[in-house]
Amino acid sequence: MKKTLSLILTVLLSAMLFASCGTSDLDSSLEHLRADDAEYDYTRFEGQNITINVANWGEYLCIDEPDMLDVNEQFEALTGIKVNYQMYSTNEELYAKLKNGGSDYDIIIPSDYTISRLINDDMLEKLDFSNIPNFEKYIDDNYKNPEYDPTNEYSVPYTWGMVCLIYNKTMVDEAPTSWSALWDEKYSGNILMFNNPRDAFGIAQEMLGVSLNSEDTSELDDCFELLESQQPVVQAYVMDEIFDKMEGGSAALAPYYVGDAVVMMESNPDLDYVIPEEGTNLFVDAICIPKGAKNKEAAEMYINFLCETEIALANCEYIGYSTPHTGAYELLDDDVKNDARRYPSDEFIATKTETFRALSEDASEYMQNLWNKLKF
Amino acid sequence: MKGISSRIFMGILILFMYIPILALVVFSFNAADSRVVWGGFSLRWYESLFANKTIMTSLLNTIIIAVIVSVISTVLGTMASIGINNLKKTTRTVVMNITYIPIVDPEIITGVSLMLLFKLFMNFIPFEFGYVTLILSHISFCVPYVIYNVLPKLRQMNPNLVEAAEDLGCNPHRAFFKVVIPEILPGVFSGFIMALTYSLDDFVVSYFNSGSSVNTLPITIQSMTKRKIHPDINALSTLIFVAILIVLVVKNFFDNKRLRREAEDAKLRNH
Repeated sequence: MKKTLSLILTVLLSAMLFASCGTSDLDSSLEHLRADDAEYDYTRFEGQNITINVANWGEYLCIDEPDMLDVNEQFEALTGIKVNYQMYSTNEELYAKLKNGGSDYDIIIPSDYTISRLINDDMLEKLDFSNIPNFEKYIDDNYKNPEYDPTNEYSVPYTWGMVCLIYNKTMVDEAPTSWSALWDEKYSGNILMFNNPRDAFGIAQEMLGVSLNSEDTSELDDCFELLESQQPVVQAYVMDEIFDKMEGGSAALAPYYVGDAVVMMESNPDLDYVIPEEGTNLFVDAICIPKGAKNKEAAEMYINFLCETEIALANCEYIGYSTPHTGAYELLDDDVKNDARRYPSDEFIATKTETFRALSEDASEYMQNLWNKLKF
Repeated sequence: MKGISSRIFMGILILFMYIPILALVVFSFNAADSRVVWGGFSLRWYESLFANKTIMTSLLNTIIIAVIVSVISTVLGTMASIGINNLKKTTRTVVMNITYIPIVDPEIITGVSLMLLFKLFMNFIPFEFGYVTLILSHISFCVPYVIYNVLPKLRQMNPNLVEAAEDLGCNPHRAFFKVVIPEILPGVFSGFIMALTYSLDDFVVSYFNSGSSVNTLPITIQSMTKRKIHPDINALSTLIFVAILIVLVVKNFFDNKRLRREAEDAKLRNH
């Protein structure tokens, strides 16, 4: 018995070592980053045995995908810095982990409104942009100095996208153009709705023409009434189950993110999506370094690496969301580049979209209470 | 009439229990990367599963932690049971109730309280959330299960057996390993298996105590829900299901064999 156990343990431990030692070589397309005349010295931490802890959304970085660059492995091969990659599923979960101090991340990729909240709470490090020259070089000016980080000291944009209206062509009479289709009694029982207060209220706010960051209680009350009037036609309040329901044809209309709509259309060609005429929420997920990160300079090197054209392109293609990286954008297929739903005009972005900011405690509590009243 | 309706009832019951697993197994062979649309038969998810470092690393973490935890908890729990068994009646009741609390109280309380405790210790001893905290927290909820499996075996045991062994020249140490251990081994073994399963699929406690360096499989799967649970997980779950099925079949086979042998022994003795 003892012998068997120690044998099992030995095998497991050696398997673990084997798994963690499996390194791959630098891809030939990235060789130029290591060349002697490269602009950026990626090798300055080589041999120092540094590990950085990276936290990101699940399925939100090009790794573990056959036939595509493995971003983390390539970074390890290039710099000798080990990447410890962790995942979380919501902004709130990440925020709670940071707030509790039960984590020591060097890199996090939260969404816009969480970044402004983290800045307010003094939980982010100011970035040293001299270590991230690719920011100046490649990032689209539209995504510099965003509302959530007005002086752009804390974040480098990673991906962005819009909330769109996904519909099943065979189940609707005519292609919808407005959010009001989600209230249409014709499609009663075939309508899905966001299962989180901020996004759900966002749609109501678009319909009423008020700001997505409104903290006015009477405006929030109006939104609540609108959402309440929608309740009888809604089949379910869901998040990622939207994939299953739309792909399986068990719902006709649903709001979700553009990049995910594209993924759904691959499984079900009957689907299509539209950016409603009222306008929509534009979200940005950006890379930040939390306060107290142990390897800040190595983390900045990782950020710069994510902003290399080849890497940004791989991530953009893997995730399916839009990229703020001009170099990667240029290399995309023309039909993607010219798709106004994925890369709308500057004018559309300026007039028809709005990003979320962190709401005040009072306002978000008020919204949460209304949401509870709606749901329970 | 009664026979038919109870059979139908059983059939429906089994159907409800196994349809989800069946769906999972079927979709692990799906060529499309959807959880609902069938795109033809393919083994692509099995192939990509073994190349998926994130999933494989967390699987390995989960297994390593579960094995270490169940070995330590089995040893601790067995020792504790022997101690408890020798206590006076009132003390024993008190101690048993104390060990019962971790089983009945909600996991979230265990998880959060352990996290707070670790954080308190971190002020004095430099260590971080990771393997050690995960293993310690799992041990803390696995030991009671071992105790609850071993203790009944100890109480069933004929107390004269140990004395008999000692009369026949065993020292207490030897009597323990030659007589007590074989008697309670089935309880120790099922305690071990329970500790292993509880550690393998624990999410709540691990979630609060894993920190930023180690992910177990349940945590990895949960983190995928923002976008889409990777179809590799279907393939992995199917493999785990098959592995457990094999273990159960083999265990039943040996159990049956043992029962038959025991029945024959009993017959011989009666003659």
